[in-house]
Formats: sequence, structure tokens, C-alpha cells
Amino acid sequence: MQFGLFTVSDVTEDPTTHRTPSEAERIQDVLTIAQHAEEVGLDVFALGEHHNPPFFSSSPTTTLAYIAAKTENLILSTSTTLITTNDPVKIAEDFAMLQHVAGGRVDVMLGRGNTGPVYPWFGQDIRQGIPLAIENYNLLHRLWREDFVDWQGEFRMPLQGFQSTPRPLDGTPPFVWHGSIRSPEIAEQAAYYGDGFFANNIFWPKEHYQRLIEYYRRRFEFYGHGTAAQAIVGLGGQVFMNANSQDAVRQFRPYFDNAPVYGHGPSLEEFTEMTPLTVGSPQQVIDRYAAMRDHFGDYQRQLFLVDHAGLPLKTVLEQIDILGGEVVPQLRKELAQNRPAEVPDAPTHAARVAANARGELPVAGGTLEREATATASTASTASTGSAFGPAATKGN
Amino acid sequence: MTARRIAVVTAGLSNPSTTRLLADRLADAATRGLVEAGESVEVDVFELRDYAHDVTNNLLTGFAPPALASMIDAVTSADGLIVVTPIFSTSYSGLFKSFIDVIDPDALTGMPVLIGANAGTARHSLAIDYAIRPLFAYLHAEAISTGVFAASSDWGGTEDGAAQLASRIDRAGREFAAAVARRERKAAVDLWDPASFLGEGRSFGHLLGGLAGE
Repeated sequence: MQFGLFTVSDVTEDPTTHRTPSEAERIQDVLTIAQHAEEVGLDVFALGEHHNPPFFSSSPTTTLAYIAAKTENLILSTSTTLITTNDPVKIAEDFAMLQHVAGGRVDVMLGRGNTGPVYPWFGQDIRQGIPLAIENYNLLHRLWREDFVDWQGEFRMPLQGFQSTPRPLDGTPPFVWHGSIRSPEIAEQAAYYGDGFFANNIFWPKEHYQRLIEYYRRRFEFYGHGTAAQAIVGLGGQVFMNANSQDAVRQFRPYFDNAPVYGHGPSLEEFTEMTPLTVGSPQQVIDRYAAMRDHFGDYQRQLFLVDHAGLPLKTVLEQIDILGGEVVPQLRKELAQNRPAEVPDAPTHAARVAANARGELPVAGGTLEREATATASTASTASTGSAFGPAATKGN
Repeated sequence: MTARRIAVVTAGLSNPSTTRLLADRLADAATRGLVEAGESVEVDVFELRDYAHDVTNNLLTGFAPPALASMIDAVTSADGLIVVTPIFSTSYSGLFKSFIDVIDPDALTGMPVLIGANAGTARHSLAIDYAIRPLFAYLHAEAISTGVFAASSDWGGTEDGAAQLASRIDRAGREFAAAVARRERKAAVDLWDPASFLGEGRSFGHLLGGLAGE
């Protein structure tokens, strides 16, 4: 089980002081936050991608490379990398490069993004969001696994004998999480490739994510990658803590009430009840998040949002201290209890290199012969499937 | 045969509400029409006033709190919809529009809709046709041609040359009932059934195949 932080990289006024940090300051703060995550024993730091104010994070691999140099064990990831508007060739290259720089401590979370105009800014059409996510990831998946790629699709220039460089570290591509808050297609995509599925789990009631995750688990099993319980699930979450729960509520309320994403809407109490936001004592956080496995099954990664809505750096670092000192050690214990042996560990580069050597990395579409037995229209896809299937994986 | 389900959404802000009164009359007329056509009917009435905070929260957070979510489910899965709004500043009320704004824009496609409106004076009587009907046209709903506007004076039964309110309600109810009865029963679409977006018996590989131009 991995625990960590994910940030949306917003630059927001502190509603208690009416001071807005500069971009420069907030960027430095996030670098400090990431390093502190390692210092208190967290496993993962993940960063979003945005191309519009008030967010600063347009270039996650640059940021993560710096953090890689300043840390030793922290796994670096994104939340999310836009698979719809980035060129999959550039994603393949950037993250393979980051893998080398970081000694393998890299995975990536892909998403469609939530800012409509980002599509035209990068020359794409938002109405093609799902097809872009499907086609671009298919190419990305191949670029990391095949040394020379011939490729033709709807949205990008064709490639002839193209090799993306550097090749993935140890011939093993970064682990991929597919993040989604509403589309079963993306859960299906994660299941098809045997990749991980990450549920943001911040903004919406848990019933919504339960459906998505159950769907992903069921389809993971359908494609023959393992049992539903063996699917790789990550969850977001959001907490604010103080030794005294009343103080936590008093401290956090002005930030909640003015937060750009939900401020002036539901009350803190309503939002706490509807979503996993937990504002209170460390024990309340432990109880709430230890129960996540009851809602979603045993899972592999828990990320917390702690640094948004204008919270000052000092407060954020204190929150990370509480997470690392009290909450995560206890959660590790509780989530390890009665964890079925078949539930896999969270993905790491070392484990994936070993699995790759044994020929045990998941193969796109699974190992089933389903496509071959289907109707004529799906039979034609079997050839597409084989192009990035078992043969492709051996290419490394 | 299962009952036809009619959802009624009424946007009156006071309690008791004249808008609600009109909504109930329209629902009764629709029920009579459907019963005459041999259908059994279930009617769910929702006062938007009860959901006003949830609607605002949904606008700000992007998700519907549980009570609103189940109300939206009931509305969008109904066989027919009766909407009644007070007329404010020559158009539907802001709460009514906000409710429409939190519904998926495709959710009312093909839905028979009976439009009612309520205002203080007859000067607003065209609001149904110039303000509310275009909204449902945009949503690709099947708004029936008779809308029922009621001004305060209508409730006194004053004879002013136009048809009496009761007879307008009756006519609208019959038209609406006929539209609902004509409508094919919707097969429930399960978004969480892979067949609903992959096609029956197909896998994700089919989506990839389509994109490759095959």
C-alpha cells in the first residue's frame, strides 16, 4: 500500500490574510512540500497538469525531475497528465526520460482534463475527448513497448519506423493509472490494458466512485488480467487535521468556504458528509480512510490533497507532519490487516522489471482469444490487437 | 403492463403556491387522459423550492447532492414531464433555469413535456411560447403544442373572451396524455453495461479498431 500527496497546483488567496502568493513562491512551496512528503515517510508525490491560471503546473516532468534529484525514495507521478491534448510521442519521451533521471521512481496518471478550452489551445476538439484518449494511449502504449513503430490514426501524423527515445528504463515502461471521474470508457480502457485505475474521490459522493471502480474490477477480470480483487486501484482523498477536532474545523472553514471549486456552495458539514473530505482529529481521518476498503475493496494507493485553497505553506507542512507521523503509520497497519494474499502490492519499478523479466506484465486486451471468435466486424480488430499484443511486449 | 410514470416539476417559491396548484390540475388532467387511454399512471411531484440549495450546490461543485440526484433520476427516466414555472421578468424563474442547467443536456431528448406557467397578469401570457418553449426545443424534448398559462384573474373564473382555464387545462392534459401513450416504452439503458458503449459482445478492442479506420 502506498500513501502520498497529490496537488492541483492552484495559486489561491489565503482568505484569512487576503494574501495571494506569487507563482514563483507557490512553485517553490510545492517543491518544499514534495520533499517534506519524503521526509515524513510518504511514498508518492503527484502533480496535476493545467494550462491556465490560477494553476501553475503546466510542465510536470520538469517539476518532478527536480524533486527526483532532491529525494531518494519518493515515487513521482501526475494527477493527471492530459492524454487528450498532449502528443503521445512527447508523453512517451518525457516520462521515459524522467524514469532514467529518477532511477525508475516514476509512474503516470492519465486523464482527459477538466478545462474545456485546453482542447482548442492544443488544436484538438473537445467533442473527441474519449476517442482522443483511446487513440493517444494506444500509441503511447506501443511507443514504450515497441522499438520501431509504424502507426496511423485519426488525430496525429502517421509514424513510420519511429523510435521514441530514450527507451524506457530497464525496458520497462512506467506504470500507468487511468484517472476518471465519470466515464466508464476510461475504466474500460484501464481494464483492457491491465493498468491501474485511479478515482479522484474528492468531489463526488462515494457511490459514484464505487460504480466506476466495481466496473473497472469486473472488466479487469473479464480481460483475463487476474481476479477483480487483483485489479490495481488508487483513491484520492482530502483531509485537514488538528489534535482537537473542533480546532481543525475552525481552522479549515474559511479555506473551505472560499475555495474556488466548492466555496459558497455546500457547507463544510454537508460536503464532509457527502464526500471523503475529513476535517477533524487524526483519529477521525484514520477511521474514515481505514473504511475505504469496505467501500472500494482492498486497494493499492491512497493520495491526499492537503495544499490547496490558499492554505499557507506552514500549515500544509504541519498537515504533512500529522499524516506522516500519526495517520499513515496507523492506516498502513489497519489496511494490512486481513488483506487477502491475492491482493497485489502497489506497483514499483523494481517489481515491474522483475515481472517483465518473467514475462508477466499485462498484455493489452488480455490473453483471451475472445476477439478471434467474435463476428466479422470485430475480427478485423484482432490484427490491430496483435500489433500491440504479446509480440510487442517481447520487443523490449 | 407497467404504469406510465409522469414527473411534475413545479418552480413556485411560496407555500402554498399557485404554481403548484396549476401543476396539480395539469397532472390530474394528464392522468385522466392516460386512464381513458387504458394506461395506469404514477405521478411524482417535485417542488423545486425543496431542492433550491441542492441546485445551487450542484452548480458550484459539479455534482448533485443525493436528494437532488435521485430527483433528477426520477425526472429524466419518466415517460412524460409536466413543468410549471412562475413568470419572472417575462421569463421562467431563475431557479427553474438553474434546475434545467444541472440536468444533462441530452437527458430530456424525446421526452413529452407539458409546459405550464403562472403570473400575476395576462400580459405575460406569451412567455410560454417565446421563452419556455425554445428552451425545450433546444433540449430536443417533445413539448406539446398547448401550453397552459394562468394569470391571477383566471383563478376567479372571469369570462374574458379566451377559453376558461379549466378547459385549457383539460385540452393540454389530453394532448400530453396522447403524446405519452404514443411514446414507446423506454428500455432502461444501463451506463454500466459495457454493451451500452462497446456494442453487444464486444470488447475495448472494438473501439480501437474503429479508430484505426477498420
